[in-house]
This record gives sequence, C-alpha cells and structure tokens, in this order.
Amino acid sequence: MAYPNEFRYTKEHEWISAKDDMATIGITDYAQHELGDVVFAELPAAGSKVTAGKTFGTVESVKAVSEIYAPVSGEVVAANPELHNKPETINSDPHGAGWLIKVKLTKPIEVNSLMDAAAYEAYIAEKQKEASA
Amino acid sequence: MDSGTSPINSVPRRTPLNAVHRRLKAKMVNFGGWDMPVEYPSSGGLVAEHKTVRNGVGLFDVSHMGDIRVRSGKHPGGALAAVQHITMNDVSKLAMGQAHYSAMLYPQGTFVDDVIVHRLGEDDFLLVINAGTREKDINWVRENTKGFDCRVEDLSDAYTQLAIQGPRARDVLCKLTDANLDAVKNYWFTHGTVCGLANTLIARTGYTGEDGFEIYLSSDVATSERVWSEVLEAGKEFGIAPCGLGARNTLRLESKMALYEHEISDKINVWEAGLDRYCKMEKGEFIGRVALEKARIAGLTRTLVGLEMIDRGIARDGYRCLNEAGEAIGVVTSGCPSPTLCKNIALAYVPPSLDAPGTIIAIEIRSQKCRAQVVSTPFYKRPKKVIAQQNRSSQNSK
Repeated sequence: MAYPNEFRYTKEHEWISAKDDMATIGITDYAQHELGDVVFAELPAAGSKVTAGKTFGTVESVKAVSEIYAPVSGEVVAANPELHNKPETINSDPHGAGWLIKVKLTKPIEVNSLMDAAAYEAYIAEKQKEASA
Repeated sequence: MDSGTSPINSVPRRTPLNAVHRRLKAKMVNFGGWDMPVEYPSSGGLVAEHKTVRNGVGLFDVSHMGDIRVRSGKHPGGALAAVQHITMNDVSKLAMGQAHYSAMLYPQGTFVDDVIVHRLGEDDFLLVINAGTREKDINWVRENTKGFDCRVEDLSDAYTQLAIQGPRARDVLCKLTDANLDAVKNYWFTHGTVCGLANTLIARTGYTGEDGFEIYLSSDVATSERVWSEVLEAGKEFGIAPCGLGARNTLRLESKMALYEHEISDKINVWEAGLDRYCKMEKGEFIGRVALEKARIAGLTRTLVGLEMIDRGIARDGYRCLNEAGEAIGVVTSGCPSPTLCKNIALAYVPPSLDAPGTIIAIEIRSQKCRAQVVSTPFYKRPKKVIAQQNRSSQNSK
C-alpha cells in the first residue's frame, strides 16, 4: 500500500494528516499489518487532551495490545465512531476510513518535525530488512 | 544449533522449515528462543487460520517441541520405573501404541513441564516436551533418572514435527500414508509410511481441541520441506492452510489446554491447575506426590477458572482480578477474543469461593474495572460425531 505524500509519520507507525490547525491521526499500513486482525480500539472522547509522544489509546488485535502515541499535541475533536462496531476497518483501510481521532492542534508547527512519506518508507524498509536477516 | 545454552538471549533457533515460513512471508516471532511463524498473511492471518482448523484442516510446524526417549538398560522394567518416578500420570496403564497427557513435577508438586508420554515399546517411551523448557527438561530428566536402569536420549533435533489438525486432517493424511488411520484412536499412535518415508511415527494428538495428527519426520531440510509441500498439496481439496503459533494459542485456549508459564509453572501445583485427572496418586511414589498429598489436605487457596468478558475489553495475561473494594484477588493467565465463540475469553486464578459459573469478577484493564463472568470450561468442545454426520449425509443422498 502506498504511503500518502500529504501525510507525516512517526517512528511508532502513526500517520497524521494536517490542514491548518486541524489534523486526522491513524496507524499506518505497516502497523496494521504487524498487528494482524484488529478486534478492538479504545480511543479518547472528544474534549480530551493528547500530548505529543504520549499514548492516547490502544488498538488490540487477537494476539496483542498496541499503544498508540500522539504525533502532536492538541484537543480531540472526534474519535472515529465506525471503529466501535467495525474495528477491522483499521486493517482494510488504515489510511482512510480506519482513522482513529481528529485533533485541534496546539502547535501546528510540531507536524513539520515528523517524517515525510519517503523518509517513513525508508524507515520501514530498514525494519523489514532487520526482520528478514 | 546452540543447544545447551540459554535460548532466550542468544540468536533464535530455527526449525528445518524456517526457510519455508520465510518464503511464505509468515510473520515471525521469537517464541521461547525459537524463530517461529506467528501467522501467515497468505493464509488470511490468525483468525482465518483458526477457523480453518475448526472447520477444515490446518498444518503447523511444531518442530520446536522437544523429544526425550527413555529406554530400559540391561533389565526390563527400568524405563517404566523411571518414567513412573518422573511423571504424574500412571504409565503402567499405557499399552504399546498409546499415549497420554502428563506432567513432570518438582518435589513441591509444581510443574517442571507438561508432557505427552508415548509408549513405543514395553521398555521404550517417548516424552514430547515444550520448546521453551527443552534444556531444563532434559537436564531434569537425566538428573532424576540416574538411579534407574535406563538410557535417556535427547532426540529434539532429530525430528521435524508436523501437526495436521482439524476435522479433515484424517482425509488429508489418508492420501499420504499406508497406515490405517481409522484404527488409531485419539491419543494412540502407529508407525507407517508417510510420503514415502517408512516407519514414520503418526500420533492422533494435538494442541487445538480438534481431531488431528502429529507426525515425526527426519529433521533434514530436504525431507522436511518435501513433506510440508506434499501435505499442503494433498490438503488443497479440503482447503488446508499453513497455520502459525497465534492460531495455535487461540485454539488451545478455547479448549482450555494449559500453556507453560501461563496456566502451569514452577509456582502452580496440580490441584490449582485443575489437572487432577492426569495425576494418579494411587499409582505409588513419584516426584511431587508427598507435597501434593499435603496440599490436598491443606485445601486450595486459588483455582483456575474460565471467564467471559461482560464489558468491552480483552483480559490479557498478567491482568489483575479485583474485588468490589478494588483489591487484587487473582490474575489472568491467558486471554483473547475467541474466534469461534465471538466473545472475549480468559483463564484466571481466583479464590475457590469464586469458581461457580455465573460469578461476576472484575478485571483491571488499563486502570478500568471491566466485568467478567465465570463460565464452565472448556469454552469450546468439538462436536463428537463424525460417524453421525456420515450417516446423515448418506441418508440425505438416498
């Protein structure tokens, strides 16, 4: 799956799509693939604060629990309501319908420090090389 | 291979089928010091693999399991006496060609490991043990059989072990062997030609709660890869798929089969684990018996129960069970969403006063109290009647 050029990415495999001070956050295709069948997502309610580098929720697959880290700081505007009944959307459309939260950014400039698509692709290529060594 | 060293901190060991798993692009994990496939995206992943085993047939590489052969020395009876001494089930009840579930215990009545004991001959036993405890087990067996007239051999690296599991396992293996599989009952075994390999051990055993077989092949890579491919080819018409340790875990958990360091360990005794029916106190002396006798009189302080989550959330290994006041009263040993039941299930140690089905227990999940209820186990039991199904289908065709 291609990694959208307009997104930014973290080393913990979250993506963020920001426009002005509003952003959507999800986990990457690489992350959903590593997790396997997603069965549960626990996300913060609207109005909660998230802090860059701190966990804001969990995504669980059959075999594992994975904490999700906020790429940036801000206030949650919405958590994806579709995931309550269809958490597997995170597997089928991680960069689209499987988004996790929408956030009003405290410091929109934080986004600039994250990896772009090319840097992220190089980062996961390195990971995959390690795994197959 | 680096047998003899602690497996956890060294380079993970590989089974003879490692290259096959990597060619299939399986997701690999370090399991007890072994580089093993956890799931195969090409099979559809964990849940698909799980369902394949429940409804059809799946193929597992379980070559990481260890194998210890115990044979009598100069005099008949030495091996029998040794295995009676080191395991809790009654080996004298095993006929040749029969196997049973058992365990090796410490003097405290807690677990060295659980084990399947196969009686290969009057004076010849094969103990199949866990991967993560291989070195510990073999050393323990050697140490504790010293006073017996027997020979102990570590055959762990000599075998590639394949598990063919599911209601169609018999149909797949039938195509590849001259052995009469229908004469092999559950927990019995035979020897036959499999994929041209004479005298192959074929056991009707497994760790999935389904009907199935485990076969033991020579561990050379070429043979292992050839048989793996031939099983998959023969199973194609039944929808066979390679299955990883992820599905193996959810399958065994639904069937309430114990996993070492989870439901059983060196801190948990036989009564607590609820494995009474495999522990034969009346057979005479064995390691752990004295402590178990005392423990039985003292009574239980905790017992293993099955739980079904009521609130949203999945209880995982290590999560605490809480009472109304928020005090820890027990601990979860294994938990997962059950692909067969579509419920979140778990096993946990709790005080015996809470073991009645219907009892509500709180599980602490990320600082929140989530309600679960005690349910009877196993969570899943396979439908018994293969023969009844055949009768029904033949009636339908009339």
